Amino acid sequence: MKLSIIIGLLLSGIVLMVSCQSDDQLEYVRYYSTGRVLYQSKCQNCHGAKGEGLQSLIPPLTDSTYLKTNKIVLACSIKYGLKGKLDISQKTFDGQMPATEITSVELAEVLTYINNSFDNNLGVVTTQMVNEGLNKCN
Amino acid sequence: MRKILIVAAFILLCGACKFNGEKKNLPIYGNRQPVAKTVNGKMVTDTIYQTIPAFKFVNQYGDSISNKTLDGNIYVADFFFTTCPSICPVMHRNMLDVYNTFKNTADFKIISHTIDPQHDSVPILKKYADKLGVTGNTWWFVQGKKEDIYKLSESYLVRKPQEDVKQLFIHDGSFLLIDKQKRVRGAYDGTDPKQVSQLIADIKTLQADPEQVAKK
Repeated sequence: MKLSIIIGLLLSGIVLMVSCQSDDQLEYVRYYSTGRVLYQSKCQNCHGAKGEGLQSLIPPLTDSTYLKTNKIVLACSIKYGLKGKLDISQKTFDGQMPATEITSVELAEVLTYINNSFDNNLGVVTTQMVNEGLNKCN
Repeated sequence: MRKILIVAAFILLCGACKFNGEKKNLPIYGNRQPVAKTVNGKMVTDTIYQTIPAFKFVNQYGDSISNKTLDGNIYVADFFFTTCPSICPVMHRNMLDVYNTFKNTADFKIISHTIDPQHDSVPILKKYADKLGVTGNTWWFVQGKKEDIYKLSESYLVRKPQEDVKQLFIHDGSFLLIDKQKRVRGAYDGTDPKQVSQLIADIKTLQADPEQVAKK
């Protein structure tokens, strides 16, 4: 009887520890999976299932350096659209991305998906980061 | 669409009996009309198939492209516009596979009709082709009078494009396979890579069809 209580306590302790540790991980998984659905419905037509873009018409989402340096700017671009010249993956793009009606949470989700797919490995983008970024949009 | 499918199924069924054991033939879509004519003093019944009517457009190089230009060619047709944010990028991502497979085939063409000729001028079509990486004379992006393009789309069994409230165009993403007699031999969903693979296979089947080989 005593033994089972001890084991029970130990187990719940482990569960507690694990759940504390993986809070970030849980958030990441939640953002990533919702982000994937958003990506498929709003981005994939143009940017492709593998983030490959389309020749010189639509930029790819595989340039980790670009994504890393423009993580927050991208929230503005997705929400308000983008126009003009853009250098990505050694190519110059001069097209237009339409604005999208999208919430900050959704932006965080879709950016988390993009930043951690297509061989990118840049970690979670939180809603807080997105909100801070949106305040600085041009 | 259902009618087309029923007709297609019927043709396939007939084909199954008639050409049992022979190489697969592609169906011929559209209306058909039996005509009686006299050959060597005997009455025979012939069939007139629906064909793509005459047209005249301009391609991305500023060259005139008419039904005559396409004589002796098997071709694939679709309808798009360069500023289309929805299905066009998917269609042309998939069409690039068709282009890359057949770009060195002399009697094969791809004709993409813009349904927004007011915006898609010849220089804009050229720029679009360049950016897509399309060169040479295999894949033509054509523009012309809007009414002509919309009217012609009906002969390709494509849903007629409409302008919705946002002044954006609704059109379907079909790729149409046309033979040397200008008959529709296949319709594929250009947004589905699997159907586009089928299109590539069907083009090869059509190219090997003795009737197509004989037709210049």
